[in-house]
Amino acid sequence: MREFEYVRAGEVGQAVAAATADPAASYLAGGTTQLDLMKDGVLAPDRLIDITRLPLGGITRSGDMLRVGALTTMEELATDPTVAERLPFLRESLLLSASVQLRNMATIGGNLLQRTRCRYFRDPAVPACNKRRRGTGCAAVEGAARMHAILGASEHCIALHASDMAVPLVALDAVVHLQGRDGGRSVPLTEFYLVPGDTPDVENVLARGELITAVEIPLLPADARSTYLKIRDRVSYEFALTSAGVALRLDGDVIREARVALGGVATIPWRARAAEEVLRGAPADLRTFTAAADAAIRDPFTVEGTAFKVELAGRTLVRALRTAAGGVS
Amino acid sequence: MAQDVVHSQTSVPRVGVTLTVNGVDHRLDLDSRVTLLDALRDALELTGTKKGCDQGACGACTVMADGRRILSCLTLAAQCEGREITTVEGLAAGGALHPVQEAFVRHDAFQCGYCTSGQIMSAVCLLAERRAGSDADIREFMSGNLCRCGAYPNIVAAIREVAGAGGGDA
Repeated sequence: MREFEYVRAGEVGQAVAAATADPAASYLAGGTTQLDLMKDGVLAPDRLIDITRLPLGGITRSGDMLRVGALTTMEELATDPTVAERLPFLRESLLLSASVQLRNMATIGGNLLQRTRCRYFRDPAVPACNKRRRGTGCAAVEGAARMHAILGASEHCIALHASDMAVPLVALDAVVHLQGRDGGRSVPLTEFYLVPGDTPDVENVLARGELITAVEIPLLPADARSTYLKIRDRVSYEFALTSAGVALRLDGDVIREARVALGGVATIPWRARAAEEVLRGAPADLRTFTAAADAAIRDPFTVEGTAFKVELAGRTLVRALRTAAGGVS
Repeated sequence: MAQDVVHSQTSVPRVGVTLTVNGVDHRLDLDSRVTLLDALRDALELTGTKKGCDQGACGACTVMADGRRILSCLTLAAQCEGREITTVEGLAAGGALHPVQEAFVRHDAFQCGYCTSGQIMSAVCLLAERRAGSDADIREFMSGNLCRCGAYPNIVAAIREVAGAGGGDA
């Protein structure tokens, strides 16, 4: 690990000013991505600004909105009673992520900003990585790929966004609150991430030094039914091959409202609006669910190692919809 | 030559930190890159906590910070100022083994022993989290601790026994 100066921030404004002024500075929260990638030599900041003592924790509910401080840990959010009652698929996505140890460390803000698990990105000995250095190519497209994206992907980059939690959050229209040197702003999570295009190194709309301070999550209606289904190579402590986060409101056998997002298959947490349009107003049956899956996974970009995900992702979504609808055959 | 060495050592950024480990304060002056794991093992000579993968994948380095289990390999020592760190050395009160330690011995819940202190720290926390309701729960909430010898059945049996004896309240 390259040497760095460690600074413990005492208040938000000071942290943001320091990070904005110094392009070689990085924030440090839970550290589960940051320190891992520094050990591997992928990241090498000159200065780490430890934000863990800032007053950005806490979960507060006002009406049907849950405000989650950016330094809330994944485990704290997973065990919150309001999340269990009104956001069950968010709770499921958290409990199916990582391990308890990592969930006790990793923060909600950090989870949203976690870097890809692409093995070529994480190996500085591989020269071709447009995400590490723009214009160098993509070793994953040429090489062995499995834990990679088929949606929002192109020959420039097929690196996956591996967050489980972000899948229900984009489905729920969560909003991130950001603090910059010149003030704060709010951005819908569905507009926060950028598909790679030919600039895979630019992953989101954050300006230099801008800090996530909180995430606001609209609660589901009390009569909504939701589920998060994660398919993976091991039954626990493994990243998704495919996943689906689904929330439905039914009126008898007819789908009144639908929120759908996919994980494990896209370069960003993938809101499947085309699938939602198929579902809304349609009967809650297998034919509808299959049509929704076809709409969700349109024009995939596959390589040899990821071609299986087209079928698997569709089946994952169909099964999640059947579960949410209450065991429809 | 010698001067160059001295120069490079003094130019490495350092950080002063007070680590509270098993109830004892230690004032340390460390290279800012030092992880909690390396501070425990190298500076404090508490070698019960093991370094397995050193990248957050195996759980061998599991310790408690303020009563919650974390991975010491992905935590900077500097981040632990003011936090209560508990290692496997801190479990045996007055020389008597913790019930989880006794159960691991009784059930032969290890072979080579390298993952064991991490398994035990994680198991103590799992019981405090009241997540040992079934074998399936134990397996799920212990999944961050790998055992390459494959002692899992005996690890689950040891935890089940302590949970059944009301160890979750300990």
